[in-house]
Amino acid sequence: MTLLWLLILPIVGGLLAWLSGRTGTQLPRWISILALAIVFGLTLQVWFQYYSEIDIFKEQAWLIEFEQDWIPQLGISFYLALDGLSLLLIALTAFLGIISVVVSWKEIQYRVGFFHFNLLWILAGIIGVFIALDLFLFFFFWEMMLIPMYFLIIIWGHEDKRYAAIKFFLFTQASGLMMLVAILALYFVHGNATGVYTFNYNELLGTDIPASAAMWLMLGFFIAFGVKLPAVPVHTWLPDAHTQAPTAGSVVLAGLLLKTGAYGLIRFVVPLFPEAAMQFAFIAMVLGVVSILYGAKLAFAQTDFKRLVAYTSVSHMGFVLLGIFAWNELALQGAIVVIIAHGLSTGALFILAGGIQERIHTRDMDRMGGMWSTVPRMGTVAMFFAMASLGLPGLGNFVGEFLVLIGMFMENILLTVFAALGIVAATIYSIWIIQRIFHGEPREKWEMPDLNVREMVVMVAMMLALLWIGLYPKPILNTAKPALDILQQGVEEVQMVEEMPSPNSGDNKKIFISFKKSQIGDH
Amino acid sequence: MSTTDITALLPFIILAATTLIVVLVISFYRNHFITAMLTVIGHAAAIAVLPSLTHVTPLQVTPLMIIDDYSLFYIGLLTAASLIVTVLMYSYLQRREAQREEFYALLLIATIGSTVLVTSSHFITLFIGLEVLTVSLYGMIAYLFTNDRPLEAGIKYLILAAASSAFLLFGMALIFAETGTMLFSELAEKLAGGEDLRQVFILTGTGMMVVGIGFKLAVVPFHMWTPDIYEAAPAPVTAYLATVSKGGMFAILLRYFIELNVYTYETVFFVFTVIAILSMFIGNILALLQSNVKRILAYSSIAHLGYILVAFLAAGALAVEAVTFYLVAYFITSLGAFGIVGLLIYNEREPEDIQDYRGLYVHRPWLSAVFTAMMFSLAGIPLTAGFIGKFYVLTAGVSAALWVLVILLVVNSAIGLYYYLRIVITMYSSPEETGSPSGYLAQSISIAGGVVLAFLMITLVWLGVYPEPLIAIIQDIAGRLGG
Repeated sequence: MTLLWLLILPIVGGLLAWLSGRTGTQLPRWISILALAIVFGLTLQVWFQYYSEIDIFKEQAWLIEFEQDWIPQLGISFYLALDGLSLLLIALTAFLGIISVVVSWKEIQYRVGFFHFNLLWILAGIIGVFIALDLFLFFFFWEMMLIPMYFLIIIWGHEDKRYAAIKFFLFTQASGLMMLVAILALYFVHGNATGVYTFNYNELLGTDIPASAAMWLMLGFFIAFGVKLPAVPVHTWLPDAHTQAPTAGSVVLAGLLLKTGAYGLIRFVVPLFPEAAMQFAFIAMVLGVVSILYGAKLAFAQTDFKRLVAYTSVSHMGFVLLGIFAWNELALQGAIVVIIAHGLSTGALFILAGGIQERIHTRDMDRMGGMWSTVPRMGTVAMFFAMASLGLPGLGNFVGEFLVLIGMFMENILLTVFAALGIVAATIYSIWIIQRIFHGEPREKWEMPDLNVREMVVMVAMMLALLWIGLYPKPILNTAKPALDILQQGVEEVQMVEEMPSPNSGDNKKIFISFKKSQIGDH
Repeated sequence: MSTTDITALLPFIILAATTLIVVLVISFYRNHFITAMLTVIGHAAAIAVLPSLTHVTPLQVTPLMIIDDYSLFYIGLLTAASLIVTVLMYSYLQRREAQREEFYALLLIATIGSTVLVTSSHFITLFIGLEVLTVSLYGMIAYLFTNDRPLEAGIKYLILAAASSAFLLFGMALIFAETGTMLFSELAEKLAGGEDLRQVFILTGTGMMVVGIGFKLAVVPFHMWTPDIYEAAPAPVTAYLATVSKGGMFAILLRYFIELNVYTYETVFFVFTVIAILSMFIGNILALLQSNVKRILAYSSIAHLGYILVAFLAAGALAVEAVTFYLVAYFITSLGAFGIVGLLIYNEREPEDIQDYRGLYVHRPWLSAVFTAMMFSLAGIPLTAGFIGKFYVLTAGVSAALWVLVILLVVNSAIGLYYYLRIVITMYSSPEETGSPSGYLAQSISIAGGVVLAFLMITLVWLGVYPEPLIAIIQDIAGRLGG
């Protein structure tokens, strides 16, 4: 039932917020905060309750399950399940959700009820994606979160919102349908082989798919998740959407929506199609490296603050793609830490960008400069998150990117070298942000108030979270570990079986597996 | 004809009786409300008897008609759609100068035609049903004859429909000439029996029938009439054209194909594949170029027929299920969308231009919410029936490994999204941007119209969230039709 509550609370909260919009602007905000706070509380409660058990290795990763027939004729059930991985991501969702409501407090004054309805429904869709383990249900939530996001951009966005919203929608929708076709094909392959037609993830795992078909199906999923992640070359929707969205929209996009892509890769692409994914791994890793470097280069070329941060997201998510397709324990752990830390650090940068825009009505960094003396608190906070973004040791991003690089090093040294260059590039653009906005001669004279208490509370909360991940990431790693172990095990088993008959072929793959066994076994 | 036969024909008898009563009442006492009310009651009664008829099915009533669960389902669907059009048209006519009452007689006759069509098991019934439907439609389209546009549309429809009927008849004649029968069941035997039939006759005949049927379904390349007539006809009549007329035709096409197993003819299969692909692309691409909402919906309906054809070509029970579910979803959305167009009055006319909808959200939040839901359903977004429908169609396509069609369908739904979203965006844009007068505030929509829209909206979401009961019914029907 807990799982059901995680969905019901934001859905009902959203409807209440919409209806209460008639009474004024305050009630929708409080309703949203309350609903999300309960979701966050529930997540923490589950976390504490199971934390001791999470460490213990179990055959079945799911901590909690909920299953209910939905459309039994087609083998569709309302199947929700939660493991350590989902738990972390839901905690992040609820946390950033609350922050999104708080940062919209002043910015959003137009149709406040409807705004919070959309915000809460996006969050419901995202939570649904993280816990739906029936592929149809997963797709349902996957699509469900798009509409409110579209509204969020088109109604409350900035000057070029139509273009951005439509582009966002077309990219994600078209790629999502590719995934739907792949899901259906998998459904029939499984059904024809076993006679059981089902969308249940647990049963579809380990389906024996003909190699040529597996590659196509894997690509169907990969395209959908790659667009969301986003990986170069399907990243072009992201800078527009992030830039044009209202602050809360940018935070949710960067902090959560992108993560659904990463989650999908970890949960579905590799486990469902282990061999195809391994054959494809090199290409995916190259795409990851290209995303890291290309994103960083483009970030450097921007003058629009939000657009710059958007491109840094492309760069950071490249590490996630690398970590996932390196598919060893260290790299995966790293990918998860990057997912969480990036959600916090980039979210915070977007909030700062939104804060500046609210005050001086521009995002153009050419018009800023020398603002430190006017808004010292804002400068300090920006400095902190810029440092987090460049991967300063002691902050969350460092842990994640470092783990990814180590894990990656075992798979492909050359690509690791290029990926590491990305950190250098990150250093340049991060320092450059601070330099251009807060230091140097002021280009225009801006009078503006510094961060107020509400904003400081948000910032401090996010800083503490990043510090915690940077200094003591163990709880997060521990929580994710069993889930990742089980996913990896499933993949290995399939590979072992496949490798047996022809010991001489596929050297690359074997090296891959032996690495995992020997070097990480004692970890 | 036995008592059971009479019982099985009850829905038709009720509809026919209602027509007579309506005509009689009009000749003695003209009253718009009473006439509409009688029509509604007649429809409701015809629907009400349907469940009890499941005891006698399947039943062959004379060689001409077959009453099985499949027919009953479609009779119910078509009659329900017709009922909704009645209510919408009531609100529509109420606010216009015209001889209002006769419309309902035409509507009832058209519905009888359409329901007869879906029960046909013989070429004669097929043709009679179709003609009864079409001839009444001439009148319905041109009903507001004081206005030029409906009149022109009516005549255009008349000429084209008559030509297409001629094709259909000629096709039937050719097939009859070769096989010597017009009964579907006997045709199926002859075709399957591998008797020495001259394929030229069969194929030419089928080809000519495809022309006639294609016209009714408005699939490319027989679609030219659609946008003009959709645009010019009164919006509720457009809704009727899009649903009852097309739906009846599709239902019988499906039955004909399954009974005769036409799928085995590669040529026919190929022709329908091409038609499906062209319909999807041309419908969607031309819809992109329109700025008139009724024309957008007209082209989008062409594309949707293309989608349904994808499921149709998948063959088998799953195809019947997918087509039927998609038609139900499509009925709801078409009725809803055209219903809203018909209920609104913008500067003394129907709001047709997309700009007329600017800021609708501000003036009529509920109405725009319903319209948004309809657009999302057409686009196949979750929580709406259209989503399950699209899912079903894709399922059928994938199960039959029609990869090309499936991928093209995906591409097309992405194209389609663009213009559905365009309508939605316009509704949510603030009206101040253009400074155009907001003509909506002049008149509120009628209670009856509001109730119908609320009903459609609830059904739409209900089917999108909990389609299980409907799927159970449809699977039952499909299983029996296929087996």
